[in-house]
Amino acid sequence: MTNPPPTDWTATSPPVDDAAIAVNLTGITKRFGDVTAVNDIDLQIADGEFFAMLGPSGCGKTTTLRMIAGLEFPTEGSLQIFGVEVGTQPPNKRPVNTVFQNYALFPHLTVRDNVSFGLRMQGTNKREAARRADELIELVQLSGMEKRKPAQLSGGQQQRVALARALVNEPQVLLLDEPLGALDLKLRQEMQTELKSLQRDLGVSFVFVTHDQEEALTMSDRIAVMHEGNLLQVGRAEDLYERPESRFVADFIGQTNLIDATVADADMIVLTNGTKVKAPNPHPAGTSVAMSLRPESIEIGRPGTVPTEYEPTSLPGVVKSVTYLGHALVYDVGVDWIDLEVRTENVPAEQRFTVGDDVAIWWDRHADWVVPNE
Amino acid sequence: MSTSAGITEPRGWFRRVLQANAWLVYAFFYLPIVLLVIYSFSDNRNVGVWGGATLDWYREFANDEPIKTALGNSLKIAAASTTVSVVLGTMAALALERYKFRGRGFFDALLYLPVIIPDVTMAVMMLLFFAEAAKILGFSRGFSTITLSHIAFSISFVSIVVRARLAGTDEKLEEAAMDLYASRWQAFRYVTLPTIMPGVLGGGLLALTLSLDDVVITQFVTGGGWNTLPVYVFGLIRKGVTPLINAVSVVMLVASTVLVGLSLLAQRIRGGEPV
Repeated sequence: MTNPPPTDWTATSPPVDDAAIAVNLTGITKRFGDVTAVNDIDLQIADGEFFAMLGPSGCGKTTTLRMIAGLEFPTEGSLQIFGVEVGTQPPNKRPVNTVFQNYALFPHLTVRDNVSFGLRMQGTNKREAARRADELIELVQLSGMEKRKPAQLSGGQQQRVALARALVNEPQVLLLDEPLGALDLKLRQEMQTELKSLQRDLGVSFVFVTHDQEEALTMSDRIAVMHEGNLLQVGRAEDLYERPESRFVADFIGQTNLIDATVADADMIVLTNGTKVKAPNPHPAGTSVAMSLRPESIEIGRPGTVPTEYEPTSLPGVVKSVTYLGHALVYDVGVDWIDLEVRTENVPAEQRFTVGDDVAIWWDRHADWVVPNE
Repeated sequence: MSTSAGITEPRGWFRRVLQANAWLVYAFFYLPIVLLVIYSFSDNRNVGVWGGATLDWYREFANDEPIKTALGNSLKIAAASTTVSVVLGTMAALALERYKFRGRGFFDALLYLPVIIPDVTMAVMMLLFFAEAAKILGFSRGFSTITLSHIAFSISFVSIVVRARLAGTDEKLEEAAMDLYASRWQAFRYVTLPTIMPGVLGGGLLALTLSLDDVVITQFVTGGGWNTLPVYVFGLIRKGVTPLINAVSVVMLVASTVLVGLSLLAQRIRGGEPV
C-alpha cells in the first residue's frame, strides 16, 4: 500500500464521484487503551452500493461499522455521512440504522412494536407508525405475525424482523453486522439472494460486515478486506481474487498456492530452489515476494508434454495424493521443496494420475500473480 | 415420573430413604405453621392448650389500638424504605453492571457488605451513627431513623437481584434502541426497564419482606415510642404468650403469601410498550 503500483496493476476500483459518496472515512483510527482496533483507514462507500467489509474476527471490521453507526466514536479522523461530519454524534442523531448480530430484538415487544419502535421514538403517532410497520412486515413476508413476540419466531423470521425494524426508518445507509451468521446454510443462501434484491429495489447503500469470504464475493458490489486493524484492499470481487495486492488478501480470498520467491527483474522471479520463472511484476529487483497460483489455473501432464510456450512457467513434480470430488480432481503435487494444490476437471479413470506419478505442471503467464511478502 | 425412570433415578431402599427425607423436611417446614394457624382459633389463654374454636383473638387484634398503630407504622416504613431502596438499588445495579469506572470493584464489594454483616453489628453501627448525626442535625429517633436503616440494608438485596437479571439481558438491546433514535432515557424507559422489571419487582418484594420482618435493627434505632409490628409482638411475648400473637402472625403470613403471589403474577404478565 505504501508504493502505489503502476496503473495496470491497480486493483482498486475507480474512485467514486464526490456527490455520490454515502459514507466517507478519512484517517479513521480507533484505540481501546493500548489496543489499536482500527488503524488510520480511508474508505469511501458509494450511494446505492452493496459494500462488504471482510476479514477474520478481530480485524476491526465490526468496530468500523460501529463507528459508522455511532456506537463507538473514532479516536482520530473524519467520518462523514452524505457530506455531514458525524464523528461524535450519538447513534440517534444519524441517518443510519443497524441490523445487529443476533438481531437484538426487544424481547418484551411484539413484532409490530419492534418494527415501529424507531418511528415512535421519532415522534410518529401510534396509528401511523403501526401502519408503516405493517407495510415493512409485509415486505419481509411476515404478515400475520405482527402480534408475536421474538421468542415465538424462528431464526430466519427474527432476522427479517430485524431487517424490517431498521428499514422502516428509511435510513440513508443500512449497516448489517454479520446478519446471516446465526442461520443455517440453506436459509443463509436464501437470505443472501433476498438481501441482494432488497438492496437493489431500495437503492440504499448496504454496508455488510462478514467473515465469510464466499458471502462477501457473491453479494457485494465492492469489498474491503481488513486485517489487524488495517484496510488492506478495496475492490470488486474479481479485483480481489485476480489481482490481490498483498499476501494476506491472496491467501484469504479463495484457495491459492503461495510460492516464495525473489524478484530478479520486471519480468522474472527466482523461486526458493533457484528456478527462474517468468512472472511480470512491478517490484524492484531483490524484493521478497510470493507468487500466487490458483489451483484451478495450473495444468498438469506427463513429463515432456509441456507446450513450448509454457516452458518458462512450468515445474516438474510428483503426485503425492489425489482427492476425488466428483466434478473435479484435486492433486497434491510435490515440487522439490513445496507441495502445490492442482485442481482439474474430472477425467476418465485411465487418464487420471495416481500417487507416485512423475508429472509436469505449467500455467498461463497471466494466471500467476506476484504479491509482496511485506 | 416413574414411566421415564432413567439410569439416574434412585431405586430400592435408597429411594424410600430419600422419599422419607423429603417428607421430614416438609413436615419440619410446615407443621409449626399449621400449629400456629390452629391455635390462633383456640379459646384458651394458654398457647398449646385447645379450648374450642373461637374468633376472639382476631377480634381482639382488630380492637387492639397499639397493635394497629404498630401495623400502620410497619406498613408506612416498609412502603417508604422499599420505594427508595428499589430506585437506589436498581441504579447501583445498572452502574455496576453496565459501566466501567474507577473503583468499580471496590464499590462492588462494598455493596455486598450489609448482606454479610450480622444484624446486631449493623444495628449498633446504625445507632452510633444516628446518635452522632442527631448531635449535629438535631433530629429525634423514630420513623426517619428506622426507614433510613431499612433502606441501608435493602439496597444491597435489591441490587443483587436486579444485577442477576441485568447480567442475563443483552447489552446490545440498549444499543439497538439508541440506533432506533431513542435517547438514553428512552432506551432505559422503553427497553432496559421492561426487560429487568421482573428483577426490580423481585428485589422490591424482598426489600418489603425484609423491612416488615426486621426486629433487631429496628429495636436499636427506634425511639419516641415508635414500634413496628414485629418489635411490638416481640415485646408481647416477653409479657406472656397468648393466642393473640398467633392471630397476628396468621394475618402477616396471609399478607406475605398474597404479596409473593402478586409478584409472581406480575412477573408472568410483564410487558409494556412504548407509550
